[in-house]
Amino acid sequence: MPPRSSTVDDAEVDRFARLADQWWDTRGKMAVLHKFNPIRLNTIKQAACRRFGRDEKKLDALAGLRILDIGCGGGVLSEPLARLGASVVGADPATSNIEVAKLHAAQSGLDIDYRATTAEALADAGERFDIVLAMEVVEHVADVELFVARCGEMVKPGGMMVVATLNRTLKSFALAIVGAEYVLRWLPRGTHQWDKFVTPNELEIALERAGLRVVDQQGVIYNPLADRWQIARDMDVNYMLVAERAS
Amino acid sequence: MGSQSRARESRSQGERGAGRVPPGYKKGTMTDDPKPTRTDVLIAGGGFAGLALAIALRQGLGSSFAVTVADPAFARTGNGDGRASAIAAAARRLFETLGVWDAVAASAQPILDMVVTDSKVDDAMRPTFLTFDGEVSPGEPFAHMIENAPLIAALTQKAKAEGVTLLAEAVATFEPKAVASRLEVQLAKSGTVATRLLVAADGARSKIRERAGIASHGWDYDQSGIVTTVSHERDHHGRAEEHFLPAGPFAILPLTGKRSSIVWTESKKEAARIVALSDAEFHVELERRFGLHLGDIQAVGPRRAHPLGLSVARDFIADRIALIGDAAHVIHPIAGQGLNMGLKDVAALAEVIVDAARLGLDPGTHDVLERYQRWRRFDTAAMGVATDGLNRLFSNRSDVLRLVRDVGLGLVDRLPVLKGLFIREAAGLVGDVPKLLRGEVL
Repeated sequence: MPPRSSTVDDAEVDRFARLADQWWDTRGKMAVLHKFNPIRLNTIKQAACRRFGRDEKKLDALAGLRILDIGCGGGVLSEPLARLGASVVGADPATSNIEVAKLHAAQSGLDIDYRATTAEALADAGERFDIVLAMEVVEHVADVELFVARCGEMVKPGGMMVVATLNRTLKSFALAIVGAEYVLRWLPRGTHQWDKFVTPNELEIALERAGLRVVDQQGVIYNPLADRWQIARDMDVNYMLVAERAS
Repeated sequence: MGSQSRARESRSQGERGAGRVPPGYKKGTMTDDPKPTRTDVLIAGGGFAGLALAIALRQGLGSSFAVTVADPAFARTGNGDGRASAIAAAARRLFETLGVWDAVAASAQPILDMVVTDSKVDDAMRPTFLTFDGEVSPGEPFAHMIENAPLIAALTQKAKAEGVTLLAEAVATFEPKAVASRLEVQLAKSGTVATRLLVAADGARSKIRERAGIASHGWDYDQSGIVTTVSHERDHHGRAEEHFLPAGPFAILPLTGKRSSIVWTESKKEAARIVALSDAEFHVELERRFGLHLGDIQAVGPRRAHPLGLSVARDFIADRIALIGDAAHVIHPIAGQGLNMGLKDVAALAEVIVDAARLGLDPGTHDVLERYQRWRRFDTAAMGVATDGLNRLFSNRSDVLRLVRDVGLGLVDRLPVLKGLFIREAAGLVGDVPKLLRGEVL
């Protein structure tokens, strides 16, 4: 391969490299996301091992499963899933995110199919997956029901979908908006709009209309003493739903 | 190591002329360096902690997870400095879970009870202030004594059987980097190894700790521990004795056969003098302290004086680096807890790495290592303070302090609940105990 000659390209690559460092610095701007990652990975992996009869202790527990990670960002969730053997498609509408994710996957020596595209476009193209993930995205989309329907379309018979999002409660306003964005400054202000948050009930109805049945739901709470997120019954703020399509 | 020699060749050719890049290597910026050997975890130091961690990781994560241990001592034979170790019940469970205990069980002497006395060297009577029946649960002694050599041999053999790569060489240096997917480590002979995590199990004067810029706080006790082995006429019946003599504790720890391991504390100067004595003079000094209750005694094997100190590393982790065992902390041997603390590090770090890797997470990242540090640092500080306090209380000629400690020990002796807690704490079974120490597989 000849060396790059265009200075524009080099500048772009430098910018993405800096962005990648930000995405992947577990103590930097994305610290909250990295702290949140183990708990959602655990839920996805457990549900997948149950659904597809895999051994949770194996390092290639997800081998051969085709997974779609919608809103993959810099690839923080896609990479561990690929490491567990899954064949991952990471989709994000932001081209810069996709460039960052590609760059980092190459550094990590992982083969991930990153695409700058949307869930709708993938559904239109007739893509099908064993597992569709919509982790921390439904609170950002314009039409939740339509989005869930298009994601659900892509779940193969016998497959599953996992959704993680924020509930629309007084508590979530206090913690996720006031707490996380204004007091603790974990997230930039304006990251979330509270009125776009979705209740578990609304989400379950949307999933059922898409032909999926909710088989598990759990709350996620932050334990400040251990500085760790953990599974809880309390679904007032962060929560995850696991839904399956009959085979 | 074919790729290594090729690697070195290509670099020297690159230096000679820009046009002479060997085929297969790109000329350019980022990918100029040829690919080094890769491993998932590189452990520097093949002592108890390093080998036990390597075995635990392979057993938990399987053959696709590459574990390498580098230690120049692998090239040496006859690992006999005559030292022995007390293996607490929790540590024994870890060795059982790893499948190495069976191989050493015959060389391990259970400690069936323990006697603590407080006296001056030539006191005819040594009043007993504390006795322990040494069982944490029926049939499970709270500790075993074992010589280091057979245990290291059993661990080395198990590590080989589990497919751990053992390299008989030292970690030369590495370049600390904040954000990178691997840490490039230079080994003395094999060249560069790119690892996701470097574990410093390289002892109290850890070179890796120093290179990573982690300070270590502590102090010297101006005491040395004289270590030797004694054979005696009568059977010890599995009894351990700790005599608090004015210069510090004198411990008689039962070994298999009619033998005991001696850990004998003196001031540094006095210890150096005693170690240098002729055999006959040494025998006199030894017998004055040992007593005649086990009949005739004879010092067998080498005798050495080890300086005593307390030090705890300010951090147990750095970017893609974790410290375990003596590299993280050295405490006073008064309570025989040094090795057991190292194995607690092993159990905690193994569990943290296995949990992360099973989620597909990179085990060398800060979040993963931070969990290990939180788990171990508080416990270590507490144990350091406790052993330091014990030593200060007991290494003393003051009669007032002697009265205080004797009343204290007498009270402990009369309160079964407190005594039970002491035994369980000494056995390593108190607090948030990692799985391996509870005898559970990862």
